[in-house]
Amino acid sequence: MSEKVLMKGNEAIAEAAISAGCLYFFGYPITPQTEVAEYMARRLPKVGGLCLQAESEVAAINMLMGASASGTRAMTSSSSPGISLKSEGISYIAGCDLPCLIVNVQRGGPGLGGIQPSQQDYYQATRGVGHGDLRLIVLAPSSVQEMASLTAEAFDLADTYRMPAMLLADGALGQMMEPVDFSVFPKRELPEKDWATNGTKGKRKKNIVNSLFIEPDKLEQSILTRYERYAKVEAEEVRYEEVMTEDADVILVAFGITARIAKSAIAAARKEGVKAGLLRPITLWPFPKKRLFELADTAKAFLSVEMSMGQMVDDVRLAVNGKRPVSFFGRTGGMIPSVEEVTAEILKLGKSI
Amino acid sequence: MNESLVRPCTVVVGHYGSGKTNFAVNLALAVKRRNPDLPARIADLDTVNPYFRTADAAELLRSNGVEPLLPEFANSNVDIPMIPSALRAAVHAPGFTAVDVGGDDGAVALGMFRSELLAAEAAVFFVVNRFRPLIATPEGARDCMEEIAEASGLRPTALVNNSNLGAETAAEDVLSSVRYAEECARACSLPLFCHCYMTSLVPGLPEAFRSAGLDDGLLFPMEQVTRQLF
Repeated sequence: MSEKVLMKGNEAIAEAAISAGCLYFFGYPITPQTEVAEYMARRLPKVGGLCLQAESEVAAINMLMGASASGTRAMTSSSSPGISLKSEGISYIAGCDLPCLIVNVQRGGPGLGGIQPSQQDYYQATRGVGHGDLRLIVLAPSSVQEMASLTAEAFDLADTYRMPAMLLADGALGQMMEPVDFSVFPKRELPEKDWATNGTKGKRKKNIVNSLFIEPDKLEQSILTRYERYAKVEAEEVRYEEVMTEDADVILVAFGITARIAKSAIAAARKEGVKAGLLRPITLWPFPKKRLFELADTAKAFLSVEMSMGQMVDDVRLAVNGKRPVSFFGRTGGMIPSVEEVTAEILKLGKSI
Repeated sequence: MNESLVRPCTVVVGHYGSGKTNFAVNLALAVKRRNPDLPARIADLDTVNPYFRTADAAELLRSNGVEPLLPEFANSNVDIPMIPSALRAAVHAPGFTAVDVGGDDGAVALGMFRSELLAAEAAVFFVVNRFRPLIATPEGARDCMEEIAEASGLRPTALVNNSNLGAETAAEDVLSSVRYAEECARACSLPLFCHCYMTSLVPGLPEAFRSAGLDDGLLFPMEQVTRQLF
């Protein structure tokens, strides 16, 4: 496909995954991500794949573990409460060093919460997605085009570093419609999956995929080895977008749908005389902390804008490391901040510096 | 647009994401504008989408004299398919009623009202958009129409060309969809009601149609009515 098509964010994830060679989807319906599963159910059988509606989220994540262990590209998708259910399996997948894609189209929480969009799972995605020392590569799309391109990217990153990747979207991105071009995804050189449990064919020793270690020193060693890879991800795979940061006095930090709102707000604030800019993290882990630290030399203040009570703001503060004040503005529980609200917050901050 | 195809009760169906809500709301507004004394209403029969729905345009509709009939919990956290309780009465009410139906299998809900709609000789408008992958060809559009007809028990009576690429729609995108729309109309054996365009995005479209030697009589100007977040 070289021509643009109009797609819902959730559909774009599914189509991009299929284009990236993902043939196996395991999931359980939950608003607002159900269209991912629906699209997979329609399309995967036509391309020789399998879409399986599991009996629960717990079952789906364990099916994903099995499929990934065989070396194939596979994924699951859910929305906030469903990701909580999957957390045990995600930890096992990380402990087994298995590459796969986990999609979270966030909705309001905690608990059953609501079906409106949110970004309240930032802590969960970047810190507490499962027990043990573990990381996920966390990608935060901000448009339907990125719902597609970062899905493809997530599979490549997962394969490159042999670790699970998460696409952290939200209900607004999942439900909204925008044009997508599927012809623009770059291809990466990927390592061979010589660890996969895909049959010895009598020619090699059997591979074992496992997260249980009898000896604690061996477990420690496996974690240290894994953290060497994590360090490489932190050094090489940080992604972010900057908008009008060169001369900005106030720099907003926002991801996902909130970054789209922030873009309109910084333009509005500039019309009112406040030089505002935006740093949009595309990878939430690894977080663009080095760049934020540099920007603190020229900017006078930072404002983290989120659809939560303030989670990413902790990472912004750690990155800025006291060089400049960092404040927060957000709406939560499924409420989306308006451009006007964010603009007013920038103007308030602009006056105080 | 071909006004003779509009009926006092006009139902809007189509593949999901083809722009039914935008079209249905604009149709209700257009009918009201041309007939200021006619009571007009629009019913939201979308049981598929959790948000970005008719309720977003409620204020605009009310201020233009069109009564929105909304499911009691539209745009709330109630995650169940609902239909507005006032819909059954509205099918036979005097004046004009537009019914905005959810995409694809959302047409199952429409089947509940089949006998009333047949008795009211309702029009059923089938919306297509050349930029939606599953209905990008006339064959795809026909298959989609047949699925909707089977699910609802109602045959569409006219075709609406709402080919668009959202905020990126250019005049060329609408111009190039005319042939697609004509082929869809042939494949579906339906008369063509209109070619939709968003006035804020492609204001000069009527001139572009005329200079391309195309008939601008079927053009249907629309305003943006779905919720804009940024």
